[in-house]
Amino acid sequence: MGQDCPPVPPVLTIRNACKSFGANQALRGAAFELRDRELLALLGPNGAGKTTLIRAIAGRVRLDEGEIELFGEKVDATSRRRLLAVVPQELALYGLLTARENLAGFGRLNGVSSERIKDKVAWALDWTGLADRADEPIRGFSGGMKRRLNLACSVLHDPRILLLDEPTVGVDPQSREKIYDMLEKLRAGGMSLMVTTHHLEEAEARCERIVVIDHGVVVASGTLPELLEKTVGHLRSVTLTLDRPMLNGPAGCQSADHGRVWHARISDVATDLPGLIQSVQAAGCRVENIEVRSPNLQAAFIALTGKDLRE
Amino acid sequence: MISTLLRIQWTRLRRDRVAQTLTFVVPIVFFSIFALIFGTTGGGKTPSVKLAVVDEDRSSVSQRVLAALGREEGLKLVREAMPRNSAPNTPRLAIDRERAVSLVQDGDVAAALIVPQEWGKHFPDFGQEGPEMELLADTSNPVAPQMIFGLLQKVAMSGSPDLMMEKGLKQMEAGGSGFELTAKQREQMTTMLRQLRASSEAAENETATATNVAPAQGGGAVNVKKVDLLGAKKKNPVIAFYAAGIAVMFLLFTCTATGGSLLEEAEDGTLERLLSTRIGMTGLLLTKWLYITLLGMAQITVMFVWGAVVFGLELWNHLPGFVIMTTVTAAAAGGFGMCLATFCRSRGQLNAISNIVILTMSALGGSMVPRAFMPESLQKAGLFTFNGWALDGFLKVFWRERPVWELWPQVAMLMGLTLVFLWLARRLARRWETV
Repeated sequence: MGQDCPPVPPVLTIRNACKSFGANQALRGAAFELRDRELLALLGPNGAGKTTLIRAIAGRVRLDEGEIELFGEKVDATSRRRLLAVVPQELALYGLLTARENLAGFGRLNGVSSERIKDKVAWALDWTGLADRADEPIRGFSGGMKRRLNLACSVLHDPRILLLDEPTVGVDPQSREKIYDMLEKLRAGGMSLMVTTHHLEEAEARCERIVVIDHGVVVASGTLPELLEKTVGHLRSVTLTLDRPMLNGPAGCQSADHGRVWHARISDVATDLPGLIQSVQAAGCRVENIEVRSPNLQAAFIALTGKDLRE
Repeated sequence: MISTLLRIQWTRLRRDRVAQTLTFVVPIVFFSIFALIFGTTGGGKTPSVKLAVVDEDRSSVSQRVLAALGREEGLKLVREAMPRNSAPNTPRLAIDRERAVSLVQDGDVAAALIVPQEWGKHFPDFGQEGPEMELLADTSNPVAPQMIFGLLQKVAMSGSPDLMMEKGLKQMEAGGSGFELTAKQREQMTTMLRQLRASSEAAENETATATNVAPAQGGGAVNVKKVDLLGAKKKNPVIAFYAAGIAVMFLLFTCTATGGSLLEEAEDGTLERLLSTRIGMTGLLLTKWLYITLLGMAQITVMFVWGAVVFGLELWNHLPGFVIMTTVTAAAAGGFGMCLATFCRSRGQLNAISNIVILTMSALGGSMVPRAFMPESLQKAGLFTFNGWALDGFLKVFWRERPVWELWPQVAMLMGLTLVFLWLARRLARRWETV
């Protein structure tokens, strides 16, 4: 006879996080949770409060109101440092030190014992793919190599939770792939991760759940299909480019470029698209190009946060 | 094209306060400080030189000459002093030879003049038959003994014309040349001598004004034996002074630049990462201070060893004092560097402020020019600088060769400064902590 497992409590819980810097309200009641062994994306426009939230979780910002719990408990600074690590957005490394020296230094500062540090550094060099450059000063490293090392310097003490503030900013697609592969290995090893990024396709492809924050509050959270359902729905966007302007288009369609381009939203490509094309032909026009787009995170993000610039 | 570039450069300067400060304010500050030091403030007067006098002769002649010397504005005669190492408010006593030596050795006076017994009987002593005056000097101020010597000759010649003439006549009569005055000539001479004495006595009641007298190059009415109390046995006496002065100044630059690594770490995000580790802000500041202190000690040691090897600085004979002064000076300089780094908001600001503060302290504190050359007010102002105390300590070791325990005022002050600097740095570093 089977027995239901008790639900696993979230590893990180944030409730009603509020923080002001003078007149600027950076956080206005943000709340969400990070689940065990999850890769969670925290998204938001510039100035939405992401970095403040990460600093608050790391204990570097004191909340005006609200609570932060790790593994269901409020923890002191020592436990927090042991359980949780932050990978800063900046390349917080010493350029004149080698990769090995940076790793060993930050590892020791994070509490890795002198007996374990050598093995941990060797693991990190292998994990980051930097073993063959281990003894070179890192000022000559590429941006991608520094990003990987920046990440490795935060995890040598085996934290249970890792917060990453834009870990792939300024690196090429290959390095981004490598970094996410590294994160997957950490997750497979039992770590829970939360990452902020402006690369929405990364969040879409790599993260299990997504939290969108704007103006200091969480405006949506869930899996990608859940976010799409809440915002832009499941309809696909179709753009038809015609050989000449069409004065009156099918019902529900919107025109652009003086009637040469028409936008429509359809639920089923196989059944709805042929009817759309027939309508155009019936009007005496010929379809030169068809573009069908599935609903994506970009559309959901814009729907949630708007198109206004924040800077 | 050129005008566009010029406009861009000018706009950048207008909006960069640090660059403006370095370009316009720093030169004015330094010009003012050096003008104060070298520009003879207070109406172009020479700074007063403190001269201890010991009149063992106690004759009317010696008293006349010393009185005339006391009226010179360039000199400040010291006739009484408290016994050495006495408690405050101890009654002052007339200075004897032994106390005069200690006053010079301790740097309380620039020199001491000893007028020996029987000196007045032989004045003016053109034939160099009588006892010599002794000028006990501290040659860390090489100008002072020359100045005193010159003024002494001047007051002897201009203050006692009657004695000069009388002595001259006696020497001519006693020389066996057959020269002898008639009774009438002798009577006229006596009248003339009386008038000269009266006029010189009248002059004694007026304030002497001529002070800028070129130092005599030996000879004259007064025979003076110069005794270098401090530099005579040293192979290269000036080196001890400049080694200390330059070492302390560059120590401050090094410590401030190294302390600036804190700002660099704040700017590149490393500080944020460090503060997320177990070390904490107090541990971080103390570690950095310890590193800067050790670096400073290494820097001073390298400099003094170089001075010993190349310029004959007597380092090996003064090792205990050197170690003590190097340790407390480097510790205080490290604290100063941390304090300044935590006060400033950026590396650029730190560069500008440290240049102004360190060069000002170095100028006032005697790293560039011995404080003895400065007006008395600036000499006192020098005691409000880090350099002043550090230099006093090093000079006690290498120049005055005082016992180690006599370094306690400098050691206490520098250790106190270290604590104050570190406390201030900790307070100022709060801005990087949890907000």
